[in-house]
Amino acid sequence: MESKISQERAPVAQKPHKIDTTVTGDIGGLVDIEINGRPYQVPFGITILEACRRNNIHIPTLCYHEDLCIAGVCRVCVVEIEGMRTLQASCAYPITGKIKIWTTSEKVRKARRHILDLLLSEHYGECYSCVRNNNCELQTLAKEYGVDYYRFGHVDQKRYEVDRSSYAIVRDMDKCVLCKRCVRTCIDLQEVGVLEATRRGYNTLISTFMDKPMIDVICINCGQCINRCPTGALRAKDPSDEIWKAIDDPKKHVVIQTAPSIRVAIGEEFGLPPGNSMTGQMATALRMIGFDRVFDTNFAADLTIMEEGTELLLRLKRKLVDGDENVKLPQFTSCSPGWIKFIEHYYPEYLDYLSTCKSPQQMFGAVIKTFYAQEMGIDPANIVTVAVMPCTAKKFECNRPEMNSSGFKDIDYGLTTRELAQMIKEAGIYLPELPPSHFDEPFGDASGAGLIFGATGGVMEAALRTVYEIVTGREVPFKNLEITPCRGIDGVREASVVLENVKEEWKFLEGVELKFMIAHGTANAKKVMEALIRGELNNYHFVEIMACPGGCIGGGGQPIPTSPEIRKKRIEAIYKEDAELPIRKSHENPHIKYIYEKFLVDGPCGHISHKLLHTHYTKRGKYIV
Amino acid sequence: MIYPDKNVIVSEVEHLVEKYGFGRENLLPILQEVQRKFGFISDFAMQEIAHRLDIHPVEVYGVVTFYSFLSTEPKGKYVIRLCKTISCDIAGKDAIARTLERELGLKFGETSADRKFSLEFCHCIGMCDQGPAMLINDQVFTKLTPSKVIEIIENIK
Repeated sequence: MESKISQERAPVAQKPHKIDTTVTGDIGGLVDIEINGRPYQVPFGITILEACRRNNIHIPTLCYHEDLCIAGVCRVCVVEIEGMRTLQASCAYPITGKIKIWTTSEKVRKARRHILDLLLSEHYGECYSCVRNNNCELQTLAKEYGVDYYRFGHVDQKRYEVDRSSYAIVRDMDKCVLCKRCVRTCIDLQEVGVLEATRRGYNTLISTFMDKPMIDVICINCGQCINRCPTGALRAKDPSDEIWKAIDDPKKHVVIQTAPSIRVAIGEEFGLPPGNSMTGQMATALRMIGFDRVFDTNFAADLTIMEEGTELLLRLKRKLVDGDENVKLPQFTSCSPGWIKFIEHYYPEYLDYLSTCKSPQQMFGAVIKTFYAQEMGIDPANIVTVAVMPCTAKKFECNRPEMNSSGFKDIDYGLTTRELAQMIKEAGIYLPELPPSHFDEPFGDASGAGLIFGATGGVMEAALRTVYEIVTGREVPFKNLEITPCRGIDGVREASVVLENVKEEWKFLEGVELKFMIAHGTANAKKVMEALIRGELNNYHFVEIMACPGGCIGGGGQPIPTSPEIRKKRIEAIYKEDAELPIRKSHENPHIKYIYEKFLVDGPCGHISHKLLHTHYTKRGKYIV
Repeated sequence: MIYPDKNVIVSEVEHLVEKYGFGRENLLPILQEVQRKFGFISDFAMQEIAHRLDIHPVEVYGVVTFYSFLSTEPKGKYVIRLCKTISCDIAGKDAIARTLERELGLKFGETSADRKFSLEFCHCIGMCDQGPAMLINDQVFTKLTPSKVIEIIENIK
């Protein structure tokens, strides 16, 4: 299922070199090299940068990123190699023989300083008014190399208009240093292709098709480019001013919900290492900021599982029992708004395969402005719903015109993890030291199944825990409810489970092998869609797709930086918290039972839930007008 | 200029992709042929080519903007390209540029309203020993002086 494009765009030689130290290969084995006068043994074919990192020798980088192919354009990582006339970019130089390297010689230091001065001569921006102040790679390098004046001058006036047209992403080309990380992210990692270097030489500019504003080109708002931008050239659209205003307005009842993946990442914004869970502290902080109610999106994730699981079973019934040919299987998940926009643009004729369920964020918004407003006796017009999401695409999703089934906008503002951390700091709170507290009633508890939505494979695992039990009356046959085939970080994963000894009403599923597929990152989603078009997914039943690498924990609104290592830590933290929760299955959540008794009285996929919790999609196509 | 019909572009691109193949390495010859045939590469043509070669439209746009001889806007009948690279610059490119602007009543980068002339700068055309040099469509003019330029323009006006 390899895509043609991904291989051709970045030749193998440019792909990041990942060589296992234990496997030295048949070609060259270990090579003896000398770095700064000391001998080292490194595997054949490894880059100089990688060799130095493994031996704790620091080399500064800017355009290099672990998730992306090698570019070698910024030249910050240059080193001196004995016998070579010019300095070499260490990120792009594979070691294939005995070489002597100097990483901090006079020549190298001078060149790096000049390279930085040249980068700064093109970079316009006041650091203190920049969203990336204190978390900017260019700023860090300037400090590291003691830049004390602009040797080659400095831009003193704005040259480009800031592009604020998109709902999610703001582009400020004055701050761009042409490292092309966003280009490689968008084209290689996500295969969306919004940004590319245009023009040439001095006039080079990272731009969109025909220099159109972001809203007019095909952008899925995933925000992966923001996570990888070394400066503040790309940032998310920040609604925190409006939210502060709503909080300060005594007439408004401001309700906030926090997504599963926020709690395991927000600590990073306060200097903690990745993988620290801050659930209780975060709830306390949100109350201190002044939100009237603090809810957990995990509850809505449980609700999604009830709806989406039931929808899957209904589709299976209609297909297998009624023989309805119009039923599309496999059913694709619809939780990731980046993925929704991707399929709407690139595969509009396959929209019927998508589950009609809204994402948990929107479901919760609809429930808050109907059920919750009714229970509490508050006019929904005075309720402001805020959603903290790891995601920039959610900012677009909450502005979709069809997302107003309660008569009001389901979600008023989408906030990212970074922006929430900023609000917490602004309120004078140091998150890690707060006492933990619980989320508010009537949606106080959520299951572990809702929590693992944050990691790739989580929706699938949560759905399986519920669907299997509905059909057979027994727990899924996996130790400790840990459905390990769903877990992992491979781009495309498959799993299956055989349904045996099923309940009477699900007799038609006896002996059926339910087959699942999980993909994350839209480049992998594209592979799955191509397989679907070729007819290879005909006997699959359920496909989970998340637009961001690693799932929501790697979302475009999460703390910067990101790397495979950081994402792995966040995933581990999520599964750890799931294992410790008393309720692990969505259908066992008492609040879910309560809402189906009190409000959604005709059950999952019933008439009321269809009106409030389900949606439809738009065929957008990929033609840019 | 009448914009070429979309169906014409679609069939032309289809024909070119058949002729050169689907690989991304064939992008440049396809772009050159489209440029030759229509005089420019419209945004629709770029998207159609991208679609056929299974690459992103912005990548095609990146290539088109990189090369001086590919354009996204319709050009005049005579495209006048003055070399702006260093040897022509030293040989007196500025005086030639001023003369051209005055004679044609155009600024660099513009096309006349009657679509007869387009005036632009280009990168080195390999006439460094005979500068300043310019191209009118495919024809090279070297060792230019302001009076020589006036004569050339008069001839094609």
